[in-house]
Amino acid sequence: MNLLTVENVTKAYTGHKALDNVSLEVPEGTVYGLLGPNGAGKTTLIRIINHITAPDSGIVTFNGHPLTADDVEHIGYLPEERGLYKKMKVGEQALFFARLKGLSRADATRRLKEWFDRFDIGSWWGKKVEELSKGMAQKVQFIITVLHRPKLLIFDEPFSGFDPINANLLRDEILRLRDEGSTVIFSTHNMASVEELCANITLINRGHNILTGNVDDIRRRFSDGRYDITFEGDPRVLMNALQNIASEFDVTEAPKGRSSLRLLINDDSTLRDVISAANPAVAIAGINEVMASMNDIFIRTVGSSDATAVEN
Amino acid sequence: MNSKIGIVIGREFMERVHKKSFIITTLLMPLLMLGLACAPALIMSVAKGETRNILVVDDSGFIAQSLKSDEKTVFSIAGVSLDSALNRTDISGVLYIPADVENGSKAVRLYSNGASSLSLEIAITSNIDDIIEQKRLKEYNIENLGTIMEQIHSDVKLQNIRNDREDGDNQSSTALSYILGVALTFLLYMCLLLYGQMVMTSIIEEKNNRVLEIVVSSVSPTQLMLGKIFGICLVAVTQIVIWGVLIAAISAFVLPSIMPADVSAEMAALNAGTLDVNTATTDMDLLQAISIMGNVSYILQLFGLLILFLIGGFLLYSAIYAAIGSSVDNIQDASQLQSFVIFPIIIGIIFGMTAASDPSSPLSLWMSYIPFTSPMVMMARIPSGIPGWQIAVSLVILYLSFFALVWVAAKIYRVGIFMYGKKPTIKDLIRWARYK
Repeated sequence: MNLLTVENVTKAYTGHKALDNVSLEVPEGTVYGLLGPNGAGKTTLIRIINHITAPDSGIVTFNGHPLTADDVEHIGYLPEERGLYKKMKVGEQALFFARLKGLSRADATRRLKEWFDRFDIGSWWGKKVEELSKGMAQKVQFIITVLHRPKLLIFDEPFSGFDPINANLLRDEILRLRDEGSTVIFSTHNMASVEELCANITLINRGHNILTGNVDDIRRRFSDGRYDITFEGDPRVLMNALQNIASEFDVTEAPKGRSSLRLLINDDSTLRDVISAANPAVAIAGINEVMASMNDIFIRTVGSSDATAVEN
Repeated sequence: MNSKIGIVIGREFMERVHKKSFIITTLLMPLLMLGLACAPALIMSVAKGETRNILVVDDSGFIAQSLKSDEKTVFSIAGVSLDSALNRTDISGVLYIPADVENGSKAVRLYSNGASSLSLEIAITSNIDDIIEQKRLKEYNIENLGTIMEQIHSDVKLQNIRNDREDGDNQSSTALSYILGVALTFLLYMCLLLYGQMVMTSIIEEKNNRVLEIVVSSVSPTQLMLGKIFGICLVAVTQIVIWGVLIAAISAFVLPSIMPADVSAEMAALNAGTLDVNTATTDMDLLQAISIMGNVSYILQLFGLLILFLIGGFLLYSAIYAAIGSSVDNIQDASQLQSFVIFPIIIGIIFGMTAASDPSSPLSLWMSYIPFTSPMVMMARIPSGIPGWQIAVSLVILYLSFFALVWVAAKIYRVGIFMYGKKPTIKDLIRWARYK
């Protein structure tokens, strides 16, 4: 079931269309990547989902009904540009935001205490935000985003500004929230983390949805049947054995231990043929399908979309 | 939905009321005002003031010896020619009186070393006028002139009683009304400017902080704007209420206990209507002023109206301040747009001053209906006692204008808070207000 669907949403500002007929479906309980170059319209779309701005046309459906102002209580949003009230104390501030999301003071206090314990930051409660370091403030902001246990979480570049240890901590928390049933929209320029976290993505460029789908499917579609064979033995022997079955060989030779060979299987052959031919020649350690990286896909798709836009 | 506005109001209110600066200004401001009111008198009594030595070269022969010196100005007869007197630099100036000063054909001249002052010039001319007038009177050769002049001299005392008031508050002091009118106008002017700007800077800060993006993902931009305006309004009202209570307490408890016995006796007589004006030892105006200041219910009524006009005026102006604050990134960019608020406020205080001295002129009346100037002009008129329906009409117009203006401001705010970078023009603001 889809927690959120966006149908034919269009939003224009003077002179340009920020979003032009964009549609997407976010399945419940998954991490959904919202990708696109700077200025593509991601933030506008996120604001529409957050009920901050209204679309000119199109429908946003949340949890089975058209999105209303009350639904924001079930959404948690961590914007790319972080900010808190500097002069306000951490605890008071977190309570303020929690109550805006509909929690009672008592509920909010109890849950905040839990989170502060989990992140081991209980001593920050009475500190003013301006006394915290950037990373500390970001942790507080993360807690504020998730405190009301929203059905939908929207993270815009959540890892920026975190050191690898804290980024890892954050990633684990995001996955835990997903496992507990939350749906996550994840907007980032870091394609490696998209491959790692997202089940589905939508790629937006110039206000248009130019690529949508399951991450594995997309990567497979963009890869052209190449495989990596990891083996022990002489690469030349292996290439000889495979010369009628595959082509475009690319060896990564290691002087000691395992080498690897990337190859493209010929149209009239199969992976099974490759294995049968290779097995006598070298000691195979593993065979992997080469999936296109999201990075390549991003660059190729946006590039060709830009080219079409220029032609038109 | 509305409870969210309540939460925003609470935050805005607590953030400011908790501040030490708020507590200190609230408690010290009345003392400071009192100090400022007494300051000129204190300074006068402490500072002796520099004595001006004026050397007089008198060709008429009768002016110089009659010039009256006082602490500030000492006239001394030169006994030398004008040219040699002018060479002296150890004096403040040389006053030259021509021979035919009486006919006024030639001007009296003051050669001053350093800047002269208006008060000195007035003192000299009136001094000389007096001497010439005395001389001319003497030329009529009237007997017992001094006694006659004393008998002619009159000093009328005026007790002003409002005939159009049915209730007991018929004491009226024009001087006090004027002072109160000016004071209330200034108070309102200060509050509108200070608290209005507080709305603007606070919005700019939220925008720069980027905290705004999170807040508006929980409340609508309009709710946030209204919450901020109402929250800061509540701070202003709290401050005025505390001041009102302090002043009412002073007039109810402190004033009676520090008044000299004969003054309070005469006050009681005045209030009872049995005071014999001719035997009273205290100045009539002062007595009436004290009588009004000691009237607690009058002071409370005045503060009640002040609060109503403060709220109305503040809401009106802060709506504009909010629109401006939302559309810029920093205070510098706001300065140009701010003239749209400061200009009408200044006009308001100028007409407020006029209205305090002439509360029932048609101009004052109209200015107290126009929403942008009405709070200040109305507060200047109220102490002199004006019909209640005029106050009511003014308030209704003021609050209706707020609703209209806040509607437009919310539309600009909604768009403006997400605009970064380019400094907007008025054209931009109008375009934003038209967005769907």
